[in-house]
Amino acid sequence: MKPFRILYRNIRDALKSIFRNFSLSIASISCITITLIIVAISMILSFNVENVTNLIRKDFTIIAFLDNKLTEEEIKQVEEKITKLDNIDEYKYENKIEIAESMQDSSDVFKTIMENWDEEDNPLQDTFLIKVVDAENINITANELKKIEGITVVRYGEGIVENLLSVFGIVEKSLIVIVLALIVVTAFLISNTIKLTIFSRKREIEIMRLVGASNLNIKLPFIIEGLFLGVLGSLIPIILVIYGYRALFKYFEGQVFTPFLQLVQPLPFVYIVSSLLALIGVFVGMWGSARAVKKYLKI
Amino acid sequence: MELIRVKNVLKQYKTGITAVYDLSLKVKKGEFIFIIGSSGSGKSTLIKMLYREERPNEGEIIIGGIDVAKLKNHKVYKLRRKLGIVFQDYKLLHKLTVYENVAFAIEILGLNQKEIREKTLKALELVGPKGKAKSYPDQLSGGEQQRVAIARAIVNEPKLLLCDEPTGNLDSKTSWEIMKVLENINNLGTTIIMATHDKEVVNKMKKRVIQIEAGKIEKIHEEGTYQNEAV
Ligand SMILES: Nc1ncnc2c1ncn2[C@@H]1O[C@H](COP(=O)(O)OP(=O)(O)O)[C@@H](O)[C@H]1O
Ligand SMILES: [Mg+2]
Repeated sequence: MKPFRILYRNIRDALKSIFRNFSLSIASISCITITLIIVAISMILSFNVENVTNLIRKDFTIIAFLDNKLTEEEIKQVEEKITKLDNIDEYKYENKIEIAESMQDSSDVFKTIMENWDEEDNPLQDTFLIKVVDAENINITANELKKIEGITVVRYGEGIVENLLSVFGIVEKSLIVIVLALIVVTAFLISNTIKLTIFSRKREIEIMRLVGASNLNIKLPFIIEGLFLGVLGSLIPIILVIYGYRALFKYFEGQVFTPFLQLVQPLPFVYIVSSLLALIGVFVGMWGSARAVKKYLKI
Repeated sequence: MELIRVKNVLKQYKTGITAVYDLSLKVKKGEFIFIIGSSGSGKSTLIKMLYREERPNEGEIIIGGIDVAKLKNHKVYKLRRKLGIVFQDYKLLHKLTVYENVAFAIEILGLNQKEIREKTLKALELVGPKGKAKSYPDQLSGGEQQRVAIARAIVNEPKLLLCDEPTGNLDSKTSWEIMKVLENINNLGTTIIMATHDKEVVNKMKKRVIQIEAGKIEKIHEEGTYQNEAV
């Protein structure tokens, strides 16, 4: 029972202290709130970039055009060689008749033009559609495909994929750096703000020590206070994330301008982001307080 | 029974000032002793070493069998929980009521609300100020504030009460009332060491007096009176 009583008392004192030092508490809370909003935006961006990157990785296809003179036997051999390459996720064979049909299905213009082609007229080529495991090494795979006898041309949007992915990679990494830097800066800001409240409570700490408070006795209320500041500071960002992201998702109908840029589904995404925000807030508050009070302890 | 033994203690502050020099002293359980001396003679430094706010550079300070001089910083609280300390400036918390100020000293012990209440009321009953439990320190006179501070110092039922000029801010009538409170506490078995330069008080109390000058014991007077040649 004893530890619970002490904890209860500390929680009570922490709450009292937040109200007593109201303006400084508000300063700390706003500090956490602003940071967490920026962190939330960065996180949402970063998760979405990650999401799009994965979709691109999954979707990106190499088209290998085959020499039209190949016999069925030779096409089998090409297929066998493709299966032997690394980095192949899946592949699909489409012959030129199927391609012509699907093109006709997709547009009336194609339909009128192509309806009258017979097999000899069809200028299209048989193809393999190949998906790779690692999109970043797509050019290596493309080069290997080119070397296979019977494949005439390889297309994969040379350069675009790699560039896109590397840009996304840079964006993601910068966001992570920004988030981490923000967290550290806020932790120090909180620490300094709480130092001000502690400075005004120097006397209280001095008297606590005189009457026999241990370092933990002295530290605990401040750390709990930091925890509350963190929780209070993360309320607004969490509400913004939960309602804001859902509204955004609805507004864009799940994708930004093109189906290529899919947004992450709001659920459970917003709750994951919210939990992370609460965790960061609490951590920053507690760490800040612990650091602030350290100076007043005799260790 | 011996409660305190101070042996060959030397205290030099970082500034280079030697405040206490080769001081030795024994205090028996239940004693009431005065430490007197002119301002700057080292009284407060000696008291501070007894509650391990300062650490001597040399010598030992044994209190209840423990060498306080060797006590590590993070363990000092264990000593403080067994002592009471009273200061000239009361050191009360102005945002807390009288009751809360006294309870403050035992809340950290993890007692339950009922025990805290009983002990706090008992201390206030013994020391006063009567009927002011809900007042704030700023609403009290100096003497009343000092009573609150004394109540806080004894609420943990210490064996030893250290007082550094407890009457320093009080008029002689109020000082005498405070001395009666301290004498009462002493009669209940608590050892008291009181630093002061209040002659009137010392002369009237007729207790053992240790006179220090320039950090050294000048004279010990059993049932003594203030020797005021130097003061
Ligand atoms: N914290 C300190 N740092 C440096 N010198 C101090 C400190 N405290 C006291 N002194 C010096 O030590 C000497 C003794 O001081 P003190 O013990 O306070 O004497 P008293 O209480 O008898 O007036 C004085 O010269 C004082 O200036
Ligand atoms: Mg002094």
